[in-house]
Amino acid sequence: MSSTTASTTGTTSTWDKVKHFLASNGALVGLVGLCILLFIATPVFLTGPNLLNVGIQAATVAIMAFGMTFVIVAAGIDLSVGSMAALAGMVSAYTFATSGWPGPIALIAGLLAGGLIGAVNGFANAYFRLPSFIATLAMLSIARGLTLVISQGLPLSTPESVNFLGSSLGPVPMPIVVMILAGAAAAFILRYTAIGRSMYAIGGNMEAARLAGIPVKKIQVTVFALSGLFSALAGMVLAGRLNTASPQAATGYELDAIAAVVIGGASLAGGVGKITGTVVGALLLAVIRNGLNILNVSSFWQQVVIGVVIAVAVGMDVMRRNEASH
Amino acid sequence: MTTVALENVSKSFGPVKVIEDVSFTVEPGTVHVLLGENGAGKSTLIKMIAGIHQPDTGRVLLNGEPVTLTDPRAAERHGIATIHQELNLVPSLSVAENVLLGRLPTKRGLIDSRAMRQQAQKALDRIGLKVRLDRRVGELGIAQQQLIEIAKALSIDASVLILDEPTAALSSTETDQLFEIMETLKERGVAMIFISHHLDELPRIGDNVSVLRDGKCVAVVPASTEEAELVRLMVGRSIEDQFPRRRGTLGETLLEVSDLNSAGTLSNISFSVRAGEVLGIAGLVGAGRSEVLRAIAGADSYDSGTVIVDGTKVPPGRIPRAIAAGLGLVPEDRKAQGLVLGATVAENIGLATLFRRARAGLADLRGQRESAQRISEQLRIQMHSVDQQVKNLSGGNQQKVVFGRWSLANSRVMLLDEPTRGVDVGAKVEIYQLINEVTENGGAVVMVSSELPEVLAMSDRIAVMSGGQITGELDASTATQDSVMTLAVKNVDDTSEETA
Repeated sequence: MSSTTASTTGTTSTWDKVKHFLASNGALVGLVGLCILLFIATPVFLTGPNLLNVGIQAATVAIMAFGMTFVIVAAGIDLSVGSMAALAGMVSAYTFATSGWPGPIALIAGLLAGGLIGAVNGFANAYFRLPSFIATLAMLSIARGLTLVISQGLPLSTPESVNFLGSSLGPVPMPIVVMILAGAAAAFILRYTAIGRSMYAIGGNMEAARLAGIPVKKIQVTVFALSGLFSALAGMVLAGRLNTASPQAATGYELDAIAAVVIGGASLAGGVGKITGTVVGALLLAVIRNGLNILNVSSFWQQVVIGVVIAVAVGMDVMRRNEASH
Repeated sequence: MTTVALENVSKSFGPVKVIEDVSFTVEPGTVHVLLGENGAGKSTLIKMIAGIHQPDTGRVLLNGEPVTLTDPRAAERHGIATIHQELNLVPSLSVAENVLLGRLPTKRGLIDSRAMRQQAQKALDRIGLKVRLDRRVGELGIAQQQLIEIAKALSIDASVLILDEPTAALSSTETDQLFEIMETLKERGVAMIFISHHLDELPRIGDNVSVLRDGKCVAVVPASTEEAELVRLMVGRSIEDQFPRRRGTLGETLLEVSDLNSAGTLSNISFSVRAGEVLGIAGLVGAGRSEVLRAIAGADSYDSGTVIVDGTKVPPGRIPRAIAAGLGLVPEDRKAQGLVLGATVAENIGLATLFRRARAGLADLRGQRESAQRISEQLRIQMHSVDQQVKNLSGGNQQKVVFGRWSLANSRVMLLDEPTRGVDVGAKVEIYQLINEVTENGGAVVMVSSELPEVLAMSDRIAVMSGGQITGELDASTATQDSVMTLAVKNVDDTSEETA
C-alpha cells in the first residue's frame, strides 16, 4: 500500500501524545523507572555524592559514544574508540614526560593524534572501500599496539592540563562538565551543520546522497575523524582522573559506547540517532552499574544484567518500529 | 484446473478501509486484470489471495470451496503462486538456488546439486530464459531478475498465478516474451491475475478487467475496452490527453555531449540538446541508455569525450561539478538511488542544495523548509506536511520530490531515467506537465524511457541506442514505433549475450 493514510488528524488527545512520547523514548522511561526503583531500594542512591559519581562514571563512555553516534548515524561502526582513547592519553603523557612539551601542547597533541587516527579509519573506509567494521577492527589492534610501543607497556603520568579534565572545579567534577560541553557540541554538529545533516542522508541512503552531490567520501573521513577526536577527549578525562595514562586504559569501552548509542535509539542500519538518546543510553548503563554496586550485586552478575538491558532496549525499539511501519 | 474467486471481501488497516466489498471470479485459462491508481487497493487484494493478508469479511473461494489462507505457504499448497512487485531474490545466491529457494532438493541432508540443476534448468526452459545456472543473481539486470522470479513462481506447478506489475521493469521485447509465456499458461488452464499500469498491454493479454477506485470495484469490463474509457473509470474523470506535450520555441544549446567512450558500455556517444527541447533516448534494456545519463551526470566515470553544460565543461565522475553546471539526474530506481526514504520531504528536496546554501558550515534549515514548502505547492506534491517522511508518499509524489530537488537547485538540464516507472496514470500526466514546465522555463530534458508511446509523444527528437552506441536519431513528429524498434535492434552482436 503506497498511500499510508496515517490518520494524524488534529484530534490527538493529550493522553495520545503522552503515550507517543513514552513509546518513542523507551530508554528514558527505563532510566527514570530504574532511578525510582533504586531510590526505593536504597536511600544512598539519591544522594548528591552518589549522583555525581554516576555522572563521572557515565562521562567517559558518553563522550566516546557522542563520536560513535556520528559514525552509526552515517551507517558505520567504530570499534577502535577504546584504543584511540588510550593512545591519545599516552601521546599526551609521552610528549609531556619524555619529550618535555608544555602540558597544554601535549594535551592538544593527544587530541590531534586521536583525530588523525580516526581520519585514517575514514580514509580506509571511504577510499579503500574497507568496511568500517574491518577497518576499525584493525585499528583497534594497531592503536592499542602503538600505545604499548610508546609506553613500553608501563603507565606514564599525565601533565596538569590533562589532570585538570579529571579533577573537580569546586563541587563540580570536570568529567561531567566536559561531557556536557562535548554533548552540546556533538548535538549542535548533528542538528545544525550541513555536515551533520548529510550524515543522516548518507546513513539513510548513501547512493541517493552521492547522486544528489553530497561529498560522501569527505564526510565519511570527517565522521571517523570526529569519532577519533571525541575518543581522544574521553581518553584525556579517563587519564586525568587517575593522573596517569595507562596502556590498558579503556579496553573494551567500544562495546559500552556502541551499547549507549543503540540503547539511545540509533539504528545500526544508519540514518537514525540523536545525541540526547546517546546521553540517556550512557546514563542508563552507568546507573545500572552503580545501582547494582550499591545493592552489592556481584560484578559477574552485572555483566549479565547489562546484556539483558541492551537486548530488551533494542528489541522494544525494533518492535515499535515494525508496528509503526505496518 | 482451478477457479479462484473473491466474494464480498473487505479489509481495513486500523481505521483505514482499504478494500470494500470486492468480488470477482477468474476462470481457468483466463487472465483477469486489476486496474487502478496507486493506493486503489490492488496490492492488498492480491495479498489476500496470496495468503499474506486475511480478509476482515468475505471469503476466498477455490473451485467454489471457501479456503482460509493463513500464510503464503498455505496459498502455495493450494497451487497459488505470486510474483510480487518487489523482487524476492537473494542477490548473493546463484540462479539455480534462487529458482528453488526453500525447496532445494536434498539427498541424505545434503543439497543434491545435480537434481537442483535439472529442476532449475527445467524451470528456466519453461519460460525460454537463457542464463547460466551458477551466475549470482545480483550480477544480472533487473529484467532478467524479473524473469527468474517468474521461473521461480512457475516451478511449483501453479494453477493460479498472480502477477503484480511484472512488466514495469521489462523492455518491450521482454514483455512480449512474458506474454508468450502467459499464452502457453492460458492453454494449460492456469488462472491468472495480472496488475499493470500499461493500458496498451491489457487487450493483448487480458480477458476481463476489474477497475478499482478507493478500495471499491467500480466496474468489470472486457479487456478490449478503449483506453480512454478505462482511464475514465480508473480516475473517475477523463484525462483528455495522456501525453500533454507542449512544444515551444527552442533556444541556445544547453547540453553538448561529444564522443563519449567508456570501455564495455559506451562508444562514440554524441548529441546535443537545446533549451526548450526534450530529447528522448529509446532502446532495449542493456543498450546503455542509463549509462549515458549516469556518465553525463558524473555518477560514473568515462574514458574519453566531453560534456559541456551551458558553456561549462564538466569533468568525468564529478557529481558536484555536474550539479553546479546545471545538471540534475532523476535516477532509474527512485527508492534505491533517488530518495532518502526515512528523511522528510524537506530534507530530500534540500539535499542537493544542503552545502551550497550553508553559511559558515551551518545548514539553512529554515530556508530549506520554506523552499520545500514553496516547491511542493508548485509541483502539487500531495502530503500532510514537508516534515513527513518520504517513504509514506505514493510513487508519483516521491518522483515529484526528486524533481523538486533539482528545481530548488535551479538545474537547467534534467536527465530523466524512466521518470514514470511504477507511477499511476494520473501521476504520469502530472510528471509530463513537469517536463513541459522545465522546457517552458528555458530548460532542456533528456529522457530515457522503455515506454515507446511515452518517448514518441513527449520527445522532440529521439536518439535510439543499441549495444552502447547511438544507432540513429529521429524526429519525434515523424518517428513510429517501428522506426524506433528497427534502430533499437540494430548492431546487437556485441550485446546479444545477456539481452536475450
